[in-house]
Amino acid sequence: MEYILKNGIVYDPANNIAGEKKDVMFKDGKIVENVSSDAKVLDVTDKIVMPAGVDPHAHVAGPKLVVGRLYRPEDSRKGVTHKTDVCRSESGFSIPSCPATGYRYSRMGYTTVTEAAMPPLEAKHTHEEITAIPNLDITPLPLFGNNWFVMQYAKEDKIEELAAFISAWLKLTKGYGIKIVNPCGTEAWGWGMNVHGIDDPAPHWDVTGREVLRALAQANEMLGLPHSIHVHPNDLGHPGNFPTTVNTLDCVKDIEKNSSVRDQTIHLTHAQFHSYAGTSWRDVESGADKVADYINKNKHVTCDIGQITLDETTTMTADGPMEFDLHQLNGLKWANKDIELETGSGIVPFIYSGKAPVSSFQWAVGLELFLLIKDPWQLCLTTDHPHAGPFIRYPRIISWLMSAERRQEMMDNLEVRVWSYKRTGLGTLDREYDFNEIATITRASAARIYGYQDRGELTPGYNADIAVYDLNPNDIDPSKEPAAIEKAFGNAMYTIKNGEILVKDGEVVKVVPSHTLWTDVKGFEEQENAVMEKIMPTFRRFYTVKFENYKVHDHFAPNPIVTEVQAGK
Amino acid sequence: MAYEPPVTDYDEIVENCTCAFCGCNCDDLDYLVKDGHVVGVRHACRLGASKIMEDMDQRLMVPMIRDETGELQEVDWDTALDKAAELIAGAIRPIFYGWSETSIETMKHGIRLGELVGAVLDNQATICHGPSLQAVQNAGYPIATLGEVKNRADMIVYTGSNPMNSHPRHLGRYSTFPRGWFRQRGRFDRTLITMDPKYSDTAKMSDIWIGFEQNGDYGFYNAIRAALKGKKIDQDYVSGIPKEDIMELAEAMKNVQFGALYFGLGLTHTLSKQRNIDMAIEMLTDLNEYTKWVLTPMRGHFNVNGFNIFMAFEMGFPYGVDFCRGYQRYMNGETNTIDLLTRKECDVFMVIAADPGAHYPGGAVKHLAEIPVIQVDIHWGPSTEIADVVLPGSFVGVEAAGTSYRMDGVPIYMKKAIDKPETCRDDEWIMRELLERVQKIKDQEAAVASK
Ligand code: SF4
Ligand SMILES: [Zn+2]
Ligand SMILES: [Zn+2]
Repeated sequence: MEYILKNGIVYDPANNIAGEKKDVMFKDGKIVENVSSDAKVLDVTDKIVMPAGVDPHAHVAGPKLVVGRLYRPEDSRKGVTHKTDVCRSESGFSIPSCPATGYRYSRMGYTTVTEAAMPPLEAKHTHEEITAIPNLDITPLPLFGNNWFVMQYAKEDKIEELAAFISAWLKLTKGYGIKIVNPCGTEAWGWGMNVHGIDDPAPHWDVTGREVLRALAQANEMLGLPHSIHVHPNDLGHPGNFPTTVNTLDCVKDIEKNSSVRDQTIHLTHAQFHSYAGTSWRDVESGADKVADYINKNKHVTCDIGQITLDETTTMTADGPMEFDLHQLNGLKWANKDIELETGSGIVPFIYSGKAPVSSFQWAVGLELFLLIKDPWQLCLTTDHPHAGPFIRYPRIISWLMSAERRQEMMDNLEVRVWSYKRTGLGTLDREYDFNEIATITRASAARIYGYQDRGELTPGYNADIAVYDLNPNDIDPSKEPAAIEKAFGNAMYTIKNGEILVKDGEVVKVVPSHTLWTDVKGFEEQENAVMEKIMPTFRRFYTVKFENYKVHDHFAPNPIVTEVQAGK
Repeated sequence: MAYEPPVTDYDEIVENCTCAFCGCNCDDLDYLVKDGHVVGVRHACRLGASKIMEDMDQRLMVPMIRDETGELQEVDWDTALDKAAELIAGAIRPIFYGWSETSIETMKHGIRLGELVGAVLDNQATICHGPSLQAVQNAGYPIATLGEVKNRADMIVYTGSNPMNSHPRHLGRYSTFPRGWFRQRGRFDRTLITMDPKYSDTAKMSDIWIGFEQNGDYGFYNAIRAALKGKKIDQDYVSGIPKEDIMELAEAMKNVQFGALYFGLGLTHTLSKQRNIDMAIEMLTDLNEYTKWVLTPMRGHFNVNGFNIFMAFEMGFPYGVDFCRGYQRYMNGETNTIDLLTRKECDVFMVIAADPGAHYPGGAVKHLAEIPVIQVDIHWGPSTEIADVVLPGSFVGVEAAGTSYRMDGVPIYMKKAIDKPETCRDDEWIMRELLERVQKIKDQEAAVASK
């Protein structure tokens, strides 16, 4: 089937196309340069055309999500909708059901999302949910930062063995890259403790976050994985944590990148939660300028923000100790899930309210980072869904970024408290994003950060993953019309995935199965076998499942998109 | 138990099979297979082994339909499936109940069927750990996988549960006896406590037995909480336990390195029901201010947790999910099987690998006898006595592969070891057939209606 999207105004940052009126053509699911005269014409005259959205960090599938849904029916009840001829019924606001997750991303023009925390032992569960989510390609990142084998290799500085372990575990779990959460801190949570900073060793293991980060970064580059290490640093949410963040980024600076498909060697996730100065919640101040300054000066770093959306949400991270702290702070019901030899996690409902000084402060810190980081290719829009807010708020965040006036209005009329400008520099920032920068931080940069070679740009040969928004960029002043911006980005005129129209005029008109993106390292088999043989006795003694039953069998990822990399190349 | 000589006469061993009995989902079983039958099972406890090796007498072998005289008659698969599909398609308030002893793969078709006809999907949680899930929704859910406990725990508490009888390998494989990374001496490195009015088999092997009074659970946990918070306990005895013992116990629980609490139906089915669990969860949360504690409900069937997890990710709610209005609703006391049956709302009942008759209150059973019942199962049981259509399935984890979730949420793919009897079908296949056949009827109805 051939199509021509006619007369749209195209934003395709990867191809340096910033608001040009031009046609986009696709055939058999791929972008092409020419189509025949039989091509079906979709008239999108003067509408915004972009590559479909790519989300680099969200929690959409897996055991944490299910704990959230099991224990928060009050959230599930919020988003219930009737089934339609096309869609199944939906549920949930901050923790939508799997079908709802797919439909809602589709409506925003997104086609690719990273599931940012997959516990290897329960990877099958994550994959079951991925399969239950329609319309999205999903990239799961297995958790490695508190894995006992990893900590041991890091301590002994056995990088090649660690690389072999990672390579084997990506195959076993069908994972895409290396996720690190509060390195050594989540292991400490196994004893109800935490670590502070990157040089505080995990109890019993005598290894530090710095050592784990460096070892995993080196292993990542030894294998030449398409994505860099993906890091949730220590001390999340603590006043005065920005030096930990900067130290985290700096500790891998000397490690040489070994991949041509990405620019960074470390990706910092939900930077907002890691950019605080001061010593306590009494005297807290923004450290966004410090973190942004480091990122501006260092090209080995990319980040996503984790913007607070000012909603009641369900916080969840693999940072177990942080979640218990949060529970002690707000007294709301606490869930926790620790996973043997690998990781942990916690879940707490949270109301980020503009009426609360701390939430207002966090809201402003996130926006500051957006506005202070100069190169949009180093930055992605996220809410760490659902941790800082649900992903359905991305359009609202876009409207804030495009309108200094709207931000000022929120501060002036007390939609957010005074801490938003007294404790941060937000009030002094009048930068406004243009559509091209929005296109970068919502699709192009994320695709580049993950080394995707088939999406995130409208290049011939790439997947025909395209979003059209019902806005004429020459006819709207985003600065003055934030509500119109939010509405348009929340209700795509078209969402096209692999050349199929999934959304038309904000409604899901077609449902297709999701794909699972994972990385298969070639050329490291010998080292892998050697490592597996070595660790098998430990595996048998300390896990509670048999190795044969541990792996993710092929049928758990029925539609895989496998990135093959040659180790070391 | 009498001595049984080991089985030596077998053709092959199938390793690392998963037991389809209790929520321990032991995945280390070896099946000894001869002539396509499992003749021996290694590593399983007696409950697991006896289920796996069950004699074929009780086995449902052929599809059946009840005739006008009230007798079940053998029919071919097409006839049986068409009859079942016709009943389901014509139902106004169908319930699909059970699911806890079949695979997630089967549920995937079942939920689609439920959405199509507006059914209620419910599982055994509705009569067993439902109160636990309600408590979790009130108070929180701090859990850990069984291996965390094996590797770290130095105190294990069982309350309202007698795993030596109900989950025989729980202590041996996971919690108490095995050597863990930080518990190299296994049993010797751990304190085992049973809190139960009964001096159960588990209590007998525990270091400490706390036999609080019947229905004393709530008061007892409350008192521990008070002690943890440094409050004075006014009474000399709480729930029959001297206050000094309570203070001492609270102190001991505070001072472990890693504690694990497992609770069973004893806690959910006494006077204060889910409020007991609320209190236990709150106690555990309090303990985490001092040290590490986790809890896990002792789920009974091997996939009862799986159904709750599956429904939660598909529909946002764990059990008792009602689709009659074209969207999902979950209201305890409103959309659960027992409520619908006792209110006589249900008009077609499909039971998948479960025995409702055995555990339901009288009113519910009475209504069941009055409406069409479809049974999908491998065994002859009380449900068969009231079934109008019988669809013989196959044994997940032995004759059919499939996914299940252990009590702690660890997913396990249970492999197939032998072929099913030729006349039976996989549950997954049966459910898909029903879905397709009902869909066909609905499409025809729609076509007629639009004319
Ligand atoms: S403990 Fe449970 S799962 Fe394990 S063998 Fe016994 S019955 Fe089967
Ligand atoms: Zn995180
Ligand atoms: Zn995250």
